[in-house]
Amino acid sequence: MGEMEQMKKEAEALKTQIEAARKAVHDTDMASAAAGVAPAPQVQLKTRKTLKGHLAKIYAMHWSTDNRLMVSASQDGKLLIWDSHSGNKVNAVPLKSSWVMTCAYAPSGNLVASGGLDNMCTVYNLKTPVIKTVKELDAHTGYLSCARFLSDTEILTASGDTTCALWDLETGKQKTVFLNHVGDCMCLSLSPDMNSFVSGACDSLAKLWDVRDGQCKQTFQGHTSDINAISFIPSGNAIITGSDDCTCKMYDIRADQEVICYQDAALNSGVTSLALSTSGRLIFAGYDDFNCNIWDSLKGEKVGVLSGHDNRVSCTGVPEDGMCVCTGSWDSFLKIWN
Amino acid sequence: MSSKMVGSNNLAHARRMVQQLRVEASIERIKVSKASADLMRYCGENAKYDPLLMGIPASENPFKDKKPCTIL
Repeated sequence: MGEMEQMKKEAEALKTQIEAARKAVHDTDMASAAAGVAPAPQVQLKTRKTLKGHLAKIYAMHWSTDNRLMVSASQDGKLLIWDSHSGNKVNAVPLKSSWVMTCAYAPSGNLVASGGLDNMCTVYNLKTPVIKTVKELDAHTGYLSCARFLSDTEILTASGDTTCALWDLETGKQKTVFLNHVGDCMCLSLSPDMNSFVSGACDSLAKLWDVRDGQCKQTFQGHTSDINAISFIPSGNAIITGSDDCTCKMYDIRADQEVICYQDAALNSGVTSLALSTSGRLIFAGYDDFNCNIWDSLKGEKVGVLSGHDNRVSCTGVPEDGMCVCTGSWDSFLKIWN
Repeated sequence: MSSKMVGSNNLAHARRMVQQLRVEASIERIKVSKASADLMRYCGENAKYDPLLMGIPASENPFKDKKPCTIL
């Protein structure tokens, strides 16, 4: 038998082995296990602030760790830094390329990053007297869909070139490239302990990676279309994904499989974004149908909706202290709800 | 591109795929019942500190606009 034939056979055998191992531990699913848990209260949140300032579709937003400032990115070619308490704009960063798809706030609050169809991740220093570009990270061969700082010296990116990368911000070079997806990478989420991250891609798979050695540790299947949004739950033991197949799913890392699916026959719009409340009980998922639906993560039931945008909800974020949820939309507004 | 080069690329790709599957097949998995129980416990323990779940009193809500006072 040629080596190619042998490889194919071994691949099939390994896939069968993995499926059998997953089945062997599938003694229940999350919704059944949580049958005895009191339902989450019906969640009725009010818009507390509407942040007006962008002149075109908003594609991304990210909270600062100070729970007050946030950065948003719009295809009007600007990053805006907002004080969410007053609703005032604190800074505006003009972008070289207006085709922005992602933005990120460094945990220190010193830096922000943006990127998009320019295939680059640009990092800006907010603390110099005039905001300066400190690095242009240029090595991806496809669009930048997501970026997240680990610190002021390292950033993770996800790209339409099907790779993710860890960059050294002092040298501007890639330290590690994460290769395994066969579709555009659309999103990433760092684990609470920062030793691993998960990525979601247009190959409908989510993958768990070791940040330091670049190894893909686990692959999560189940979605039937692009995964646009992904987040670790605060305990670090499970992830939530949102997809163009109109569902969200929870995958447990240690059980290595899907444990619950958040779906509703009446929902036939793709999920664009998601964020979790601090206990992990509530999932805020933004959809193409202009709404953000709130799901009980344990029971799989819809417990509320945030309606108010006049176009697709493109981004969602909950600050570290969990005091509100922010939604950003193609209608050019950001709303703060609690 | 010669067909021989395409052939060896396919083989290299197949080898990488098998290697990746070996890594993924080798992990230890826990029962979904245990995974669920741990998650339920985490949510339960942290529920009381979750402002969006518990609600926020108006006086402690930094995003709520303070109503102006009217002096009669």
